[in-house]
Amino acid sequence: MQKIHSQILQISGDVIVVEAQDVSYRELAQVHAPAGISLAQVIRLDGKRVSLQVLAGSRGISTDDKVRFLKRPMRISYSEDLLGRVFNGSGLPRDNGPVLTDNMIDIGGPSVNPSKRIVPKNMIRTGIPMIDVFNSLVVSQKLPIFSVAGEPYNELLARIAMQAEVDLIILGGMGLKYDDYLFFRDTLEKQGSLSRSILFIHTASDPTVECLLVPDMCLAAAEQFALGGKRVLVLLTDMTNFSDALKEVAITMEQIPSNRGYPGDLYSQLAARYEKAVDFSDAGSITILAVTTMPGDDVTHPIPDNTGYITEGQFYLRGGRIEPFGSLSRLKQQVNDKTRSDHRAIMDRMIQLFADYRSTLEKRSMGFQMSAWDEKLLKYGNRFEEELMELSVNIPLEEALDRGWQILADIFEPAETGIKDVLVKQYWPAKAEAK
Amino acid sequence: MGEHTRTGQVVGVNGNMVGVEFAQSVMQNEVVYVRVGGEHLKSEVIRVRGKRAELQVFEDTSGIQIGNTVEFTGQLLSVELGPGLLGQIFDGLQNPLPQLARQHGFFLKRGAYLKALDDKQEWEFTTAVRVGEKVRAGDKLGTVPEKIFQHRIMVPFALHGEFEVTEIAPNGKYTIQTTIAKLKDASGKVQEVKMAQNWPVKVAIKAYAQKLKPTQPLVTKLRIIDTLVPVAIGGTFCTPGPFGAGKTVLQHLLSRHAEVDIVIVVACGERAGEVVEILEEFPHLVDPRTGKTLMERTIIICNTSSMPVAARESSVYTGVTLAEYYRQMGLNVLLLADSTSRWAQAMREMSGRLEEIPGEEAFPAYLESRIANFYERAGLVKLRDGGTGSVTIGGAVSPAGGNFEEPVTQATLKVVGAFHGLSRDRANARKYPSIDPLDSWSKYTSFIEPEHVRKGAAILKKSNNVNQMMKVVGEEGVSIQEFIDYLKGDFFDAVYLQQNAFDKTDEATAADRQKHVYRLMAEIIDLEFQFENKDAARRFFQQLRQSFVNWNSAAFQSEDFKRKEQNIRHQISNGKI
Repeated sequence: MQKIHSQILQISGDVIVVEAQDVSYRELAQVHAPAGISLAQVIRLDGKRVSLQVLAGSRGISTDDKVRFLKRPMRISYSEDLLGRVFNGSGLPRDNGPVLTDNMIDIGGPSVNPSKRIVPKNMIRTGIPMIDVFNSLVVSQKLPIFSVAGEPYNELLARIAMQAEVDLIILGGMGLKYDDYLFFRDTLEKQGSLSRSILFIHTASDPTVECLLVPDMCLAAAEQFALGGKRVLVLLTDMTNFSDALKEVAITMEQIPSNRGYPGDLYSQLAARYEKAVDFSDAGSITILAVTTMPGDDVTHPIPDNTGYITEGQFYLRGGRIEPFGSLSRLKQQVNDKTRSDHRAIMDRMIQLFADYRSTLEKRSMGFQMSAWDEKLLKYGNRFEEELMELSVNIPLEEALDRGWQILADIFEPAETGIKDVLVKQYWPAKAEAK
Repeated sequence: MGEHTRTGQVVGVNGNMVGVEFAQSVMQNEVVYVRVGGEHLKSEVIRVRGKRAELQVFEDTSGIQIGNTVEFTGQLLSVELGPGLLGQIFDGLQNPLPQLARQHGFFLKRGAYLKALDDKQEWEFTTAVRVGEKVRAGDKLGTVPEKIFQHRIMVPFALHGEFEVTEIAPNGKYTIQTTIAKLKDASGKVQEVKMAQNWPVKVAIKAYAQKLKPTQPLVTKLRIIDTLVPVAIGGTFCTPGPFGAGKTVLQHLLSRHAEVDIVIVVACGERAGEVVEILEEFPHLVDPRTGKTLMERTIIICNTSSMPVAARESSVYTGVTLAEYYRQMGLNVLLLADSTSRWAQAMREMSGRLEEIPGEEAFPAYLESRIANFYERAGLVKLRDGGTGSVTIGGAVSPAGGNFEEPVTQATLKVVGAFHGLSRDRANARKYPSIDPLDSWSKYTSFIEPEHVRKGAAILKKSNNVNQMMKVVGEEGVSIQEFIDYLKGDFFDAVYLQQNAFDKTDEATAADRQKHVYRLMAEIIDLEFQFENKDAARRFFQQLRQSFVNWNSAAFQSEDFKRKEQNIRHQISNGKI
């Protein structure tokens, strides 16, 4: 039935061209090379010429290798058996477990009808004050961590995953360092969360294009679990590697690049993945946390730039801390009015004072004189950084708010904070007032 | 072979572009269906070369095979115009999304299309013409009540020349499928007219007497826009801004508060969540002008970022066509497109697949003319019955890297009448709306006296200069006079140009209140103050600012409002010479 083609006409980059008939766009094929069998996906049809991107890379493929079309698009098995398992970028087991073949589902399915979405209203608590207090994470949010290489973004991701109250964690690793993969696995195992996790891991040593299907596999599984009523958290690290793989294939296919070599559809490609984040009107939800490493710490680089237009905010991780400026949760106002009556006031005023502290720092570095107010701000800024910004701080939201009041009370007079009298009366720590 | 059985065969697939070979003829931009299994995927011809045509497919192209059949329809991509459009939520191809959800559940099923208008619903028709009357395209045949408007049933726009009414339905209830009139042209040929008609989206509706110059200001109730960079009824404006600068929030505010009859929101290639907010909010927000919910005057076209890319282009055109349709009824329509950059990117993707020679940043050479054509569909027109109607277009632009020098922003700036540039710095400093008052401009005139507006603009400029200076030489390096100018500009910005969207009163300021408040503001800008030192000056303006902010949240002309105004005047008299 399945015809085998043994004439590869062209090999360039990780794309091969064969002549074949009755091939569908986006269909999968197997390439039988001496080194092993690799999956390939149809990415262009032109008459009889079929272009395929070979997931395991084209190295070692010879022109007389066999190509077998599978008559189906990329699929993964969906069942409870996925839980606790680790797969590679082609969807095959990485953990010596059995290959799953039950209940196969297509990946990269259609988008959700906007009229079936709901405005999300539930906060995800992380125990990190810079998130909970200042930029609350909300169920169904899509949010990247913007960072540079060397920052502890994977640690941050793992911590949020561990502490978030979700039913299921799906980790998609793209170009992940092997150490980082082990770190994620061990962390999940240590916390007893591995049994409610699914890992699709493409490591830095795997062929680049193999990471292209990782987000789609993660999100297809997530979608099924969410439809089953589960709250799913999807972690994608690092989307920059995914984008670079897109670039590589686009250039091989001789597409006209738009910006710094990236294809013109980078925005649509990223959006197709991120927009899978959803709160279904009568089922579960998908929340996506991703990592985008910014080449050269440049937020105007096409990858972070396009990402920022798609996602609902971003966390900047800089110097091991979540930077309050630039970091933004676009959905925070959906939840932070229902937590505690002082939440918004503390959030606004502490950040404004911190901004004043930053400009005082600037003033000091330029040699301008420090006023009494400046001295207060300096003291405030230091305590803010140490007691709230440090990533090691791990306290519930309420405690973080109390701590905020304590810092304010230790340094400022109530009037100096500009917080409404009602709130001051209710929350200003008594002892400090006596001082 | 009949017109509807022209077919062809797929010979290539590249992303959402499909190449086909055909035997007979094809028309540029005609709608084609690609058959895949049981599904028929809507597409449009975008290039013809010899016996090969390229189609852009408005759906995911997975599974298409070489040799699949395509059907040519002979129709340009069209929308259905008739009563029942208001309050609806469509995708870019005018499929009603809630109805699709009812039939197909959570996901947008490929190849599923529904009619835009309900053809079972009956409308109360009132005749407006008599047998024997002469009519032309766009003339009123009758009306039906739709929500808060008298929806005009008009002679189809596609009819050329003069017609004589030979039959007209009496007053009564009809569906959009009923023939309500018969019209005879000069040659005696009779046309049947129904309440709904089709119109190709890429063609402007021109059934009006003449196009007028937009002069009257469109009140947006956003002070910075209405006062400094106003928009005219029938004019165009654009709001470029980097991500996080508040483009979408600004568009939402405009869609809620602008003083127009109908608002059409086109969510083109942006986040679905933002549309959902409108969907949940609008049915509960009351329009103060009509006492009805905002949804009654709104149409939402929603082709969000993960929906098929090619349909982004059609979503923009669908939106403007619906706007033109309601304009023909003598209504003022505001079209908000968020974001035109996504549409431009869709053009770029397709141009790349067509292997056209790229222009700047790989955008196609025709980018500018397409953008210009789109904005040119805005305008104030005089209808043949003597009334006027208008389409005002506001487009958000999402420049790559927040850099306004990029092609889409530049092409847009050439053709719009007002530029509202959003600034990341202002957004970071929580100054909303984050329109940069120094960079932005408008060619329209405000309802506030021009010389007063100039005063405000001048003090902002001066204030900014002093601020720049102080960054180098410190506060001690500028004179007290300069420092007061700095404080005045800062004050003007803080209490007038910025508005608190969370404050029910401050959120929207009507024209009469703006005039009233601005009069006092102009006085303050003019006044010469004298202070002992800079600290005293700062304290004065800080207190004045506090009083003004409180004033902003008092209802206009309430006792509280008057008392607070008195208080401010008192404060001022203490500070001046």
